[in-house]
Amino acid sequence: MTQNELRAIIVEEIGNIAPETDAVTLGDDEDLREALDLDSMDIFNIVVALSQRLGFNIPDADVAQMITLGGGTAYLARRLSDPAP
Amino acid sequence: MPSLGADMEAGTLIEWLKKPGDEVHRGDIIAVVETEKGAIEVEIFESGTLDNLLIEEGSKVPVGTPLATIMGDEKSIAAAPKPPPTASVATRELPQSALRAAAPMTMGLRASPAARRLAQERGVDLDQVRGSGPEGAIIRGDVAGAGSASRPRTGIDLSQMRRAIAAAMARSKREIPHYYLGHSFEVSAAQSFVEEYNSERMPADRILFVALLIRATALALREFPEFNGFHDGQSFQPSEGIHLGVAIAIRGGGLAAPAIHDTDGLALPDLMAKLRDLVIRVRRGSFRSSELADPTASISSLGERGVDALLPVIYPPQVAIIGFGTIRPRPWVIDDRIEPLPVLTATLGADHRASDGHRGALLLARIAELLQDPKSL
Repeated sequence: MTQNELRAIIVEEIGNIAPETDAVTLGDDEDLREALDLDSMDIFNIVVALSQRLGFNIPDADVAQMITLGGGTAYLARRLSDPAP
Repeated sequence: MPSLGADMEAGTLIEWLKKPGDEVHRGDIIAVVETEKGAIEVEIFESGTLDNLLIEEGSKVPVGTPLATIMGDEKSIAAAPKPPPTASVATRELPQSALRAAAPMTMGLRASPAARRLAQERGVDLDQVRGSGPEGAIIRGDVAGAGSASRPRTGIDLSQMRRAIAAAMARSKREIPHYYLGHSFEVSAAQSFVEEYNSERMPADRILFVALLIRATALALREFPEFNGFHDGQSFQPSEGIHLGVAIAIRGGGLAAPAIHDTDGLALPDLMAKLRDLVIRVRRGSFRSSELADPTASISSLGERGVDALLPVIYPPQVAIIGFGTIRPRPWVIDDRIEPLPVLTATLGADHRASDGHRGALLLARIAELLQDPKSL
């Protein structure tokens, strides 16, 4: 799976949790919480959705890496190449 | 027409989700009503067979107006209170149990009657429509928007919601003699508990720290009934159940504080599941009537927005609201040492007609005490 595809998956799941937001145009380094007014429950639900969709655990300690599109994309790419948390 | 707030006088029945002849069970969602708070799903409070629909879709009727009748095993039962002399009387007479959330819904329908009619009129294939109603049921708005690029129904009119908030908060500040207390305490044990709990679980089974706050508050309220109930302007009536209203911010502005029913009886995993469901639904504009009518006290956490403490405004006719600020590392004195520890400030806004500061201080202290032993929660 390419980085662009992973990014699109994250954007799609954000859209499912917060349909009134628009994550497509976000920069890679923008904090999702600030840019889209997401809170910890939104991040929680996005992590749950990504974990279930991609089929691997995302440890709680790694969630901090998911608060930007760039960070989340890079993290998921690493995990897909090395599934062990 | 159920009362969904102290200031609600009428509502518009948007859509029936059941039709005459349908079997209904206590807790089923049977209709959608438009109010200033948005589109609210109305639950049935008796089981039986839906007999007559008394109100047509699109009709605006006062609170207390019967919406339908159902046939029970032996007799016909009104599905809403009898027409009252005045709407306000109906509001008081409406039994809390009538609007209590029941067990998880077992919606037999996949599409509401109105959705089916519209789909037939427009030639829309219901299999291709994504439902946004209860349990994913297709409602009229889903069919109306089918084929368009519009986003899912939110059901929230932010300007209407702002008016509803304004009315409730103005009434609160006008009628309720608030007093405020604050209590700061360290939460290292609670934070460690959440970290340890989550480290062993998959994402869907984890909890957020706020679940601990809700659980501790609900348990503490058991011991302080004067903060859990309603004041009608004349006297305070404690509630038998503890149904904490949880303040949920709506992106773009707006706020709702629907109830998690029987909060004190929910173990942490169940509480977290209810909270997740509630936040998702509320932000999509999918409220249930009992969730708006039943809160017996409220909780508000602004810890993610950097505030140290909040002075919350009571939602009438409730008599108390507990607020939580941001957890911050602070220098904290333990015995004769100073250590950096995570510290949280809890605040209480309470109605002086129902309680005094001494008891309020004890309530906050009890919440803090419960959080020192999170494994007991």
